[in-house]
Amino acid sequence: MEREVILSVRDLEVSFPKGKGRFIAVRDANFDIYKGETFALVGESGSGKTTIGRSIIRINPTSKGKIIFEGKVINEKLSAEEDRQVIKNIQMIFQDPATSLNERATIDYIISEGLVNFKMFKSQEERKAKVVKSLAEVGLLQEHVTRYPHEFSGGQRQRIGIARAMIMEPKLIIADEPISALDVSIRAQVLNLMKTLQEEKGLTYLFIAHDLSVVRFISDRIAVIHLGRIVELANTADLFLHPLHPYTRSLLSAVPMPDPISEKAKELMVYTENLHDYSVHQPSFVEIAPGHFVWANEPELEQYRELLK
Amino acid sequence: MEKNVILSVRDLVVKFHVRDRILTAIRNISLDLYENETLAIVGESGSGKTVMTKTFTGMLESNGFIAGGKIFFEGRDLAAITSNKEWEKIRGIKIATVFQDPMSSLNPIRSIGSQITEVIKKHQGKDGTEAKQLAIDLMNRVGIPNAADRFNEYPFQYSGGMRQRIVIAIALACRPQILICDEPTTALDVTIQAQILQLIKDLQKEFHFTTIYITHDLGVVANVAQRVAVMYAGQIVEYGTAEEIFYSPKHPYTWALLSSLPQLGIKGERLYSIPGTPPSLFNEVKGDAFAPRNPYAIGIDFEEEPPFFQISQTHQAKTWLLDPRAPKVEPPVAIRDLHGRITAILKGQVSK
Ligand SMILES: Nc1ncnc2c1ncn2[C@@H]1O[C@H](COP(=O)(O)OP(=O)(O)OP(=O)(O)O)[C@@H](O)[C@H]1O
Ligand SMILES: Nc1ncnc2c1ncn2[C@@H]1O[C@H](COP(=O)(O)OP(=O)(O)OP(=O)(O)O)[C@@H](O)[C@H]1O
Ligand code: SF4
Ligand SMILES: [Mg+2]
Ligand SMILES: [Mg+2]
Repeated sequence: MEREVILSVRDLEVSFPKGKGRFIAVRDANFDIYKGETFALVGESGSGKTTIGRSIIRINPTSKGKIIFEGKVINEKLSAEEDRQVIKNIQMIFQDPATSLNERATIDYIISEGLVNFKMFKSQEERKAKVVKSLAEVGLLQEHVTRYPHEFSGGQRQRIGIARAMIMEPKLIIADEPISALDVSIRAQVLNLMKTLQEEKGLTYLFIAHDLSVVRFISDRIAVIHLGRIVELANTADLFLHPLHPYTRSLLSAVPMPDPISEKAKELMVYTENLHDYSVHQPSFVEIAPGHFVWANEPELEQYRELLK
Repeated sequence: MEKNVILSVRDLVVKFHVRDRILTAIRNISLDLYENETLAIVGESGSGKTVMTKTFTGMLESNGFIAGGKIFFEGRDLAAITSNKEWEKIRGIKIATVFQDPMSSLNPIRSIGSQITEVIKKHQGKDGTEAKQLAIDLMNRVGIPNAADRFNEYPFQYSGGMRQRIVIAIALACRPQILICDEPTTALDVTIQAQILQLIKDLQKEFHFTTIYITHDLGVVANVAQRVAVMYAGQIVEYGTAEEIFYSPKHPYTWALLSSLPQLGIKGERLYSIPGTPPSLFNEVKGDAFAPRNPYAIGIDFEEEPPFFQISQTHQAKTWLLDPRAPKVEPPVAIRDLHGRITAILKGQVSK
């Protein structure tokens, strides 16, 4: 199996000013994303998922650690040309289709914006052709170019967000909860569309979500994040079959399944950090089985190894 | 056990004036709501879930009106109420609603505590200190940590999940008989959603109210509901117990809704997605409204509206497929054994 790393995150910390000090939103984040895969980042609201995504596209400055894209550290000063390449190659689809599009711009303008900023066309004809092609890819029509965002439904707006990212021909797409705000009947469409585009273009996705059930279907590997810290990382099957960290298990128990028998028998697991005693043995991020990482201390690792037997 | 019907809707029609046209949002709905139960209403965006339940509290926007039908509650017809004064005796007191966006129900510039106490004073006739204590109790009941300390905080100091708990607390302070929850957790993440669902169920056991729960998410339905109404284009198309709807659904729209759930997706395969769009509600709908999107549609679906067919005492569906003359069709494979399939998915998920 080909395992070329496209993005590496090493010891990443992102903090924001708060009062006199700083609030650390993400700490000790470590993960690799392989070319062509879908890597999911899952955790509850406020856990730092968007913050990680925004630091990769360099909207949020990082306070420690490295972000390495195609072998090059990108969270430091880059030359103008390198900067261009990174912006073009890493695109983000934003969380809320209702607020992420400029309401006063036409669809043509919104989708071409990146092309214009990067002069990625030789003539107006070429630009228009690119816009129409990317609209077609997401299932919208040429006639839509003169319309405004408010004339579209939630699912269509999310497609516009996808087209705007795709037209840059990026290598990595960060999709920040692309379906959370959508009606059930449209979720399947958008997920299928993302899957198709990935296959056609060999794209890599960083898929951000709070719901493990969606992620199970779409991703190859999953990182679970709690309060700014990645607590578990594994391939999808392992994570579902052998969830180790108690937070991962509580997330799994929270997903409502369309099955009254199992739902009504279900016991909700509530996670608190008090479950851990780190007074003697300090935790670290350990590869407990090939490709399966967990944040734990030695006694916990003992227990987890038992579970894996 | 005989169940009491607490509210019953007969042939309800709701229309809206939109510029110079008329939109029909609810087309002839009949429905029984059983005491102490939770009824879930599902259906895609625009199917009429909110509009239908707004008629139970007289909250239709001013361009909307009940064009026909009756809503029986406590021996009277709510559809016939015209004065706001009359509604004020019902809305919030007997039938309360929790909406999706908690900020729309909370006053941003008044403290959380004062907003709850006000309702307690008004509806339970308690005075200052006693009302405050009851408010703090209620905040504790809905799971606000350090409720007494947070009594004087403002909505912006609460997280989205905590605000929604407060809205539920306020709705319950009125001790309603019916609590309508209109997608109260759609904007929240699954962890908080799971806690709020548990909270509503616990409170229901304690206070014995009846719940109507509106949601897009069939996972949530399976969790909370005893009975389910599936809506499509302003009508209920299938109605039954949760077990009937999940384990032996009869309407092709219910099949489609179940099939498109990401929870059931198989990696590497496409998810089922319902083709097309719902019909325009400005026009008269001919035949079965779902026919153009229904792969199982038969000739008559395009001509004549199907009646309800009774499947069991508690289960009915509005589809020609149940007519004895219709060809026999089986539901899609993916949903034929939902419990088996989900069990397989869940296997190994919870360790011993
Ligand atoms: N610009 C900022 N300034 C200060 N704090 C911030 C900023 N951006 C994010 N935070 C804080 O960092 C933490 C992580 O936020 P983030 O938006 O990354 O969470 P998330 O996991 O994406 O949550 P959600 O699922 O709600 O989108 C939160 O506590 C948030 O309040
Ligand atoms: N004030 C109004 N004026 C005109 N049309 C309205 C009004 N309110 C609702 N409608 C229409 O009535 C229909 C039913 O709307 P309703 O809000 O009940 O849908 P819903 O099932 O609750 O959808 P959602 O899941 O998006 O909340 C829709 O077509 C909607 O556009
Ligand atoms: S909730 Fe508020 S507005 Fe509604 S009835 Fe009670 S006091 Fe009045
Ligand atoms: Mg976010
Ligand atoms: Mg609604």
